Amino acid sequence: MTSSVPPSPRANARPLTDEEVDRIRNDFPILAQQVNGHPLNYLDSGATSQNPLSVMEAEQEFYEQRNAAVHRGAHTLAFGATETFEAARTTVAAFIGARDDEVVWTSNATEAVNLVAYSFSNASLGLGGAAARRFRLGAGDEIVVTEMEHHANLIPWQQLALRTGATLRFIPVLDDGTLDLAAAAGVVGPRTRVLAFTHASNVVGTVNPVDELVALARSVGALVLLDACQSVPHMPVDVAALDVDFAVFSGHKMLGPTGIGVLFGKYELLADMPPFLTGGSMITTVDMHTAEFLAPPQRFEAGTQRISQAIALAAAVDYLTETGMERIAAREAELGQRLVTGLTDIPGVRLLGPPLGVERIGLASFDLAGVHAHDVGQYLDEAGIAVRIGHHCAQPLHRRLGVTASTRASTYLYTTTDEVDQFLATLREVAPFFGVHS
Amino acid sequence: MTNSAMQQLYQQIILDHAKSRHGASPDELPPLAEAAAAADARGLHLTESHQVNTTCGDEVTVRMGVRADPDRADGDADGDAVIDELVWRGDGCSISMASASVLSDSVRGTTVAESRALLDTFREMLRSRGTIEPDEEVLGDAAAFGGVSRYPARVKCAMLAWVAFEAALLGP
Ligand SMILES: Cc1ncc(COP(=O)(O)O)c(C=O)c1O
Repeated sequence: MTSSVPPSPRANARPLTDEEVDRIRNDFPILAQQVNGHPLNYLDSGATSQNPLSVMEAEQEFYEQRNAAVHRGAHTLAFGATETFEAARTTVAAFIGARDDEVVWTSNATEAVNLVAYSFSNASLGLGGAAARRFRLGAGDEIVVTEMEHHANLIPWQQLALRTGATLRFIPVLDDGTLDLAAAAGVVGPRTRVLAFTHASNVVGTVNPVDELVALARSVGALVLLDACQSVPHMPVDVAALDVDFAVFSGHKMLGPTGIGVLFGKYELLADMPPFLTGGSMITTVDMHTAEFLAPPQRFEAGTQRISQAIALAAAVDYLTETGMERIAAREAELGQRLVTGLTDIPGVRLLGPPLGVERIGLASFDLAGVHAHDVGQYLDEAGIAVRIGHHCAQPLHRRLGVTASTRASTYLYTTTDEVDQFLATLREVAPFFGVHS
Repeated sequence: MTNSAMQQLYQQIILDHAKSRHGASPDELPPLAEAAAAADARGLHLTESHQVNTTCGDEVTVRMGVRADPDRADGDADGDAVIDELVWRGDGCSISMASASVLSDSVRGTTVAESRALLDTFREMLRSRGTIEPDEEVLGDAAAFGGVSRYPARVKCAMLAWVAFEAALLGP
């Protein structure tokens, strides 16, 4: 199965070569280990990615040389820490085509979605005054998501609807796992206030047409939140060019540490939004009954921040930028198609999502007839292959596709072609081992 | 790859039970209230529990009809009650489905006290990380889950139906 892979749909850049990937792997010590007597074959970067040495060194260097509270002290160390912390913001902002003051640090993407939802919720209670009126939701208003969302971009909106009396609606998914765009025009309408959807699916791997959905939202005056968790790590993303109002992603999926995520918001929106978490570091003047808040992004960063994590995330971004996001995307598009080619060739495998040739990130989920995903995962694990099993935090999508659980293989810039092939070869053994014959 | 480790885990008995699923209901279980009334007419107390493994979404419902011991000898009256009927319905991996099947075979017709003792032995073996050699005399087919104890992440799968059974015993 070497020559049967078609050219990737994302053919505008030269993919990373196998030799380059081999060199990249030297920067990721964790990948060199043996698992159950086999070389680790880590195909779970969609859940969390591994960290290169430079990221771990950046974190260590911070604690060894610079650790101090940011935005709080006047001593030299605190000043240096603040500078490094803010430089990290600049690096991440530039990476996604945003202004520095449009990048808000959060713990992860989940918190970023909650921040927006709770800010709207607070606005609906009257907080933020007249300026925040545009974020108020109530009975008759509609929030639209899609049927393919990760729970992180679904449940915060369900809860917001419950708190405000707004109605949650969704753009359905077709049998092939793509969005039903024809139906979208009927779901998004004059009552729609927010449209929240994922850029790339963490289950079916497809890349949604942001332009089309943003245009639809604009036509009815709705705000757009993009879940960029599976896109920002794997392809060039320019939030300004995409013209989304908000975007969220997590550092741990893009070579960074856990505990750090990003909310991008257009400045003029952030400037009118009431805060979610409140306390120290986000205020100007305080008396016993009232407080005035800082401008964004500090308004949304209450309490002592994730300083070393932000700095390490900037190191991760530097690593990605030096490697080249276009080239990473081209490489992963190739691996994604290679996965699809191999999977559809294995008896009993049902690929979730569209067939060969449709743009996808380096990720594929599937069902193996007669063998539960947990058993598939166990068999692969015994061979050192780490995949994700279960519903991947997307129960409604799995239900829509008629399965309760699936197995997912996902790649990153350090994934070798041989690893994909070893995974496919091992998967071929699974059904016979469990006595399932098709 | 060499499959010996996998064969230790997935013993043939487990694969067979996962397919044959003794005691599994092919259809949705009828509503509990309705079934309870019918069981009452047969002199059985109906009780059930639904358990989900949140890691992977496996789920099982165990429903059973317990017959009180007519003699009600002194001592543990409850313990002498007999598990007359047991039916389950679930969806999950081969280990969780096989263990539900084995549960059904093992406890049907036993007294509550006997089934509790079996449950304790089964659980102790599963939690032993491979240090307890399962006693086939005591455990019967359940001894085949000995290999699971070396895979701590799978112990929950093997326990799922048994936890449902335990919860149903304690039930309202
Ligand atoms: C598409 C998508 N959205 C949201 C999330 C949530 O990310 P986190 O758990 O880091 O907040 C994930 C990852 O799990 C994801 O894949």
